Amino acid sequence: MALLTTQNLTAHYGDFQALFGVDIELNEGETIAIIGANGAGKTTLMRSISGVLTNQPDMVTLEGVPIGNASADAIMAQGVAMVPEGRKLFPSLSVEENLLIGTYGRKTAGHWSLETIYDLFPILKERRNNPGTALSGGQQQMVAIGRALMSNPRVLLCDEVSLGLAPVVIKDIYQAVPKIKHAGASMIVVEQDIGQAMKVADRVYCMMEGRVTLTGTPDSLSRDAIHDAYFGAAA
Amino acid sequence: MSHATDHAVPYAVHTGTSASRIAGIAALILIVVLVALPAFASRSLIQDMFFILTMLVLAQFWNLLAGYGGLVSIGQQAFVGIGAYAMFGVVILAGLDPVPAILLGGVVAVLLAIPTAFFAFRLQGAYFAIGTWVIAEVVRLLTSQWKAVGGGTGTSLPRDATRDLWMTETIETVFGVRNAAARDILSYWLAVILAVATIGGIYWLLRTKRGLALAAVRDNIEAAKSVGVDAVRMKWTVFLVAAFGTGLTGALIYLQKARISPDAAFSVTDWTAFVLFIVVIGGIGTIEGPIIGVIVFFLLQSLLADYGTWYLMVLGVIGIIIMLFAPKGLWGLISSRTGIELFPVRRRLTGGALHTSQQET
Amino acid sequence: MIWVDTIVQGILLGGLYALFAAGLSLVFGIMRLVNLAHGDLIVMGAYLILVFVSFTGLSPFIAAAIAMPLMFALGYGLQKVMLNRVLGDDILPPLLVTFGLSVVLQNAMLEGFSADSQRLPTGALSTASVELGSINVGVLPLLTFGSAVLVIVVLNQIFYRTELGRAFRATSDDATTASLMGIKPANIFAMATGIALIIVTIAALYLGMRANFDPNIGPARLIYAFEAVIIGGLGSLWGTLLGGIIIGVAQTVGAAINPEWQILAGHVALLIVLLIRPRGLFPRAVD
Ligand SMILES: Nc1ncnc2c1ncn2[C@@H]1O[C@H](COP(=O)(O)OP(=O)(O)OP(=O)(O)O)[C@@H](O)[C@H]1O
Ligand SMILES: [Mg+2]
Repeated sequence: MALLTTQNLTAHYGDFQALFGVDIELNEGETIAIIGANGAGKTTLMRSISGVLTNQPDMVTLEGVPIGNASADAIMAQGVAMVPEGRKLFPSLSVEENLLIGTYGRKTAGHWSLETIYDLFPILKERRNNPGTALSGGQQQMVAIGRALMSNPRVLLCDEVSLGLAPVVIKDIYQAVPKIKHAGASMIVVEQDIGQAMKVADRVYCMMEGRVTLTGTPDSLSRDAIHDAYFGAAA
Repeated sequence: MSHATDHAVPYAVHTGTSASRIAGIAALILIVVLVALPAFASRSLIQDMFFILTMLVLAQFWNLLAGYGGLVSIGQQAFVGIGAYAMFGVVILAGLDPVPAILLGGVVAVLLAIPTAFFAFRLQGAYFAIGTWVIAEVVRLLTSQWKAVGGGTGTSLPRDATRDLWMTETIETVFGVRNAAARDILSYWLAVILAVATIGGIYWLLRTKRGLALAAVRDNIEAAKSVGVDAVRMKWTVFLVAAFGTGLTGALIYLQKARISPDAAFSVTDWTAFVLFIVVIGGIGTIEGPIIGVIVFFLLQSLLADYGTWYLMVLGVIGIIIMLFAPKGLWGLISSRTGIELFPVRRRLTGGALHTSQQET
Repeated sequence: MIWVDTIVQGILLGGLYALFAAGLSLVFGIMRLVNLAHGDLIVMGAYLILVFVSFTGLSPFIAAAIAMPLMFALGYGLQKVMLNRVLGDDILPPLLVTFGLSVVLQNAMLEGFSADSQRLPTGALSTASVELGSINVGVLPLLTFGSAVLVIVVLNQIFYRTELGRAFRATSDDATTASLMGIKPANIFAMATGIALIIVTIAALYLGMRANFDPNIGPARLIYAFEAVIIGGLGSLWGTLLGGIIIGVAQTVGAAINPEWQILAGHVALLIVLLIRPRGLFPRAVD
């Protein structure tokens, strides 16, 4: 059985429909990437899974249990943690406090703790007493990832971790992915950087205008197919 | 305007509705009846009507401030009190006739509103609300020190002033009533004029470009700024206009009462809490709301006034329930069920392609 | 010398005002909510203590300790069932709802306890005093001030040293992201209001022991509390203490010049601060 699924998932912002029946499957130990142009609905998908947006119960399942209507805090307690788009660190909290708050709703022993996060991103240890928002963009992203890992999640959702970062910094951050997988988390990674997505993912979903337009393993997808799924077939 | 939807005209922008036209005719009839009322009504009915009309005017101005201007003041009693005291002051100290002195009450209220706004506009949101209250307290405490008008215990209008009041002699002879009743009738007529002018004036203001800008400021300050609406100037305008109207009303109320004290004239319960409940119960942000609200308020008061504190508790509970479950008030409930708008201020586009396509979908 | 005495009395009075204000400051800092019934809740706390004292003959301090969990529960429930519904960008609903609550509480107390003024029994405490250098200071005012400092120290500890405090700050920064950390913002807000009402109970204890109270004095306590918060700068607890002290000193100095100027002088102090430092003495950097 898949670890996490969405089935015929829809989402609305007021009258505006942002998702039209999205089906996603994440298996234990797997990393999948969601790609798509701006406004395709990737963030909306993440918000629907994490409970920020709520739906019909069976639109999202975790180990077969319907969680589509559960609140964000309940879903987090089940072991689904999110690195939100734009990092969203808490400005009133120091770096270390930002990490610690990641365990508020779920205190599960596991690989990840303050020490192992500091091992993963040593720079954070140096800056531990700074306000979270006094860090560079890349460092803030590390805090956001560390904060989500602190609860030792079973599923880690990452929304555009590379957004606005320099290539070297992106590399630094992505070197953490194998370690995260190794520690036992399955991942859904939203990426606009297709190359990066292809490198880390076992499977890729491409979205356009609120629908999944293409899925497959990275090597099975041709450049043209991706191009069409991304921008629509050149009619 | 009624032929605006005619098919020969591609489209037209208008703000009237058929309900509003019927309401217009009904309003004219109502005004005539109101003016003629003293000819056949009892003195106590006239007093009740005076109370209803003056509370309605206060509610309309508070609604202009809070409902349209987003300025939630709980210090409007400052302007009621200062308007009333200014009137008493010039009558007692300068021997002016109280009726023209009412106008002065409005002017003095504006003079007070300028420094008040200067301080209170430094505070945001909820703190603005309490800030206005503090200023009202300051004015009350200062007024208590003003010995010429009775200090903390207050005073009455001089006998000659009330006896020789403008026009009362005519009223006495025409209606064959005593001086005190004639003063009630005069105050009542003034209240009718004030209420009609207030509702008409606010309706007019909201339909002007400035009024539309006001709604824009309330809904989204940033967006309003970006299209060139000067939010600060709008706030000042609304605040000063409301102060003027509230000051006039205060002076008029105390002309009828003929006796004043700082605690009564600056009472937060009488001049702000009641007014606020009237607006909330009726429906904030509409002209109809305060009208419905004042009627409900008066009925509740007539029913429950003997129970004193219970009456206020019931009023508070109703206010809370409305705010929690029907934040648009009774008028909001009525108008969302029926679609009726008596004072339409939004502009609607009818006719033309847009209209037809909307009807098809 | 008389002036030193006046100012010391003012500082100690400021402790009482800081107690009035600390709960208001806490709640505003966390959820940007101003509870217009805050003053009436203080008066209600005083009546609750009075009821316990008169039924059991216990000392007011013990009665207050019994009242605390009840007041906490009241605050928690109030926030959960009523105030959480009106939080949001529009400031009107919370203002109107809490204003309504204020009117209801005031009149309920008038109905239940009449307009007669009451006082908590203090025994010898109300007259006890100590020599501080050349001036005589009442033990009760000293105790009030000490309690205010203690309350602020404890609140700061909770805020900056505990997980709950972290959750308070995180939720106040961004409630949606906080919920992704497993925080339930509705419960966090309810906790905050519950704690605020514990502080309200402490304020009520000293209010009732130091002076007469009746159901109508709530709004004036709200105003003093509000003035202390504004002068101190929104969201700063030590600022709130300083704000309370400034109001207290202004009032005692005003009263020393002319007894009728006591309250007025406090208001004028606020207006002066607004004039020179519109954001208060210790404004928060992020707001
Ligand atoms: N809060 C909101 N209110 C209204 N519409 C929204 C909101 N958030 C997103 N949308 C709309 O929903 C659609 C999908 O947005 P979403 O943020 O999910 O896209 P995305 O794929 O994450 O884009 P990006 O790559 O820019 O992050 C867009 O058309 C967007 O305008
Ligand atoms: Mg996105």
